Amino acid sequence: MYVRHLQVSDFRSWEHADLELTPGATVLIGQNGQGKTNLVEAIGYVATLSSHRVATDAPLVRIGAERAIVRTAVVHEGRELTVELEITPGKANRARVNRGAVARPRDVLGILRTVLFAPEDLALVRGDPGERRRFLDDLLVLRAPRFAGVRSDYERVLRQRNALLKTAGAARRAGSKGDIGTLEVWNGHLAKHGAQLLAARLDLVTALAPLVRAAYAGVAPESRPVDIAYRSSVDGLPADRPSDVDSVEAALLASLTEVRDAELERGVSLVGPHRDELELTLGESPAKGYASHGECWSFALSLRLGSYELLRADGGEPVLVLDDVFAELDRRRRSRLAEVAAAAEQVLVTAAVAEDVPEELTATRYTVSDGEVSRAE
Amino acid sequence: MYEGPVQDLIEELGRLPGVGPKSAQRIAFHLLGSDPADVARLQDALQRVKDGVVFCDVCGNVSEQERCRICRDARRDPASVCVVEEPKDVLAIERTREFKGRYHVLGGALDPLSGIGPDQLRIRELLTRIGEQEVTEVIIATDPNTEGEATATYLVRMLRDFPGLTVTRLASGLPMGGDLEFADELTLGRAFSGRRTV
Ligand SMILES: Nc1ncnc2c1ncn2[C@@H]1O[C@H](COP(=O)(O)OP(=O)(O)OP(=O)(O)O)[C@@H](O)[C@H]1O
Ligand SMILES: [Mg+2]
Ligand SMILES: [Zn+2]
Repeated sequence: MYVRHLQVSDFRSWEHADLELTPGATVLIGQNGQGKTNLVEAIGYVATLSSHRVATDAPLVRIGAERAIVRTAVVHEGRELTVELEITPGKANRARVNRGAVARPRDVLGILRTVLFAPEDLALVRGDPGERRRFLDDLLVLRAPRFAGVRSDYERVLRQRNALLKTAGAARRAGSKGDIGTLEVWNGHLAKHGAQLLAARLDLVTALAPLVRAAYAGVAPESRPVDIAYRSSVDGLPADRPSDVDSVEAALLASLTEVRDAELERGVSLVGPHRDELELTLGESPAKGYASHGECWSFALSLRLGSYELLRADGGEPVLVLDDVFAELDRRRRSRLAEVAAAAEQVLVTAAVAEDVPEELTATRYTVSDGEVSRAE
Repeated sequence: MYEGPVQDLIEELGRLPGVGPKSAQRIAFHLLGSDPADVARLQDALQRVKDGVVFCDVCGNVSEQERCRICRDARRDPASVCVVEEPKDVLAIERTREFKGRYHVLGGALDPLSGIGPDQLRIRELLTRIGEQEVTEVIIATDPNTEGEATATYLVRMLRDFPGLTVTRLASGLPMGGDLEFADELTLGRAFSGRRTV
């Protein structure tokens, strides 16, 4: 698939921008702070309904404006769909597909699929486990949009259950029963939604791991090999069929019973996919805390390239976005990445300096400067 | 802490369901800055609702008498009771014309984040009602969202031990994550006629 047209209004620094795009490689060149990343961020937002840089929508709206609008035309297997998003912080966002309103923004997920690699991705390796859980869940949603619902149902049940644990725990300490009688109900719902999420993540990691290993060996052949593994807070996952939803649900339910006292004590849910970790190892040691800067970069890049290969294998080649990454890589890694990117149906690259981008990716070049995007020779 | 009447108002508003301390403060300051006429209208509406509207003794629906119109209607089957969260859900189901029984309005759903547990809902009244009257079917029509589903599960557990009682839940097909009242009549009607035993 590819993005044929991007139009934004009041998005980040852009009062207005309008960009015709083609399959193949497009490079956006411009000095720091000219708004290159803002443009590719808008594209990523259409694909995931979230920014790769910020957790809330407010910074996405141009200072002084009330709402931002992002419009894209996406071509997939010869069919073109337009997706329009209206981002209004503090209110529900609105979405339109081919000019028709859809019930919820979530309904546009799946129309555009992107894999975006950006400097922020260093946090995938060095950051908290939450970063890696988000990485997995975002990828799950890209593969199957229905997981957006599973994920938000799970988060809602989790918040409700934590609230109950707090009040029921306090009531217990005061010698009364409180609403503890409803805990089992919430356990059941947490286990039901949690099992779907957990089982899907287990499947995902199984499929992703070899692709990440291969991608890393490709970009950093001289380095020790890497691996990824899912470590769950849930005990007793079925070893033979780890992603069988019913078995996972039973295991999660059993784990909840086990930690009940500790949960009431602390007022938080202690087991479930929200406490799990995607372990990254380099050679024999965990990547976090051991890997060098360059190794962390290559690892983060491999997680994205592995995702890209996985989505490609699913059918419907995603749009590859490389934000400001070439400057960070040495010559060999640059050309290795350029090789993968040049084969993509569409790749969008941003760079401050044209010389950082390898030759094979310089087909179509735009200059971004002073609030204008213009075709460069 | 604010002084005097403003703090009193914030505290009163904070007692309302679904209104946290932050919202209470926002509403209070909004009212403080509103037109006296707007405030008077609100005051008047509050007064009239207290004077003129009561809750049905039997089902908890809003009513003008001790018993609501549906509970008084001899043509409505007392053996079949549909449990909903809010009076507005009664209206939504009535519009489908699928249901000829009676209702029980819980007054909300399990919602620990808002401090709502079984004791804040009319669940005890429901159990008493089933124990005392000839109820043979309970249809659980709570909202198809997290809180509504949890409430449904809780009710199923509480109703399990009544001999000869069939408990059903609306068939799926209702937009998940939504409110019952927002489902269109056709979808809701279909969910009703396709209800299944739980
Ligand atoms: N909500 C907003 N309203 C107005 N301007 C914003 C907003 N958010 C970000 N900006 C501005 O956008 C600019 C950054 O744009 P962007 O991140 O796209 O730069 P870039 O071209 O990618 O630069 P670099 O080469 O440094 O990565 C900054 O000058 C920032 O102040
Ligand atoms: Mg940038
Ligand atoms: Zn009544």
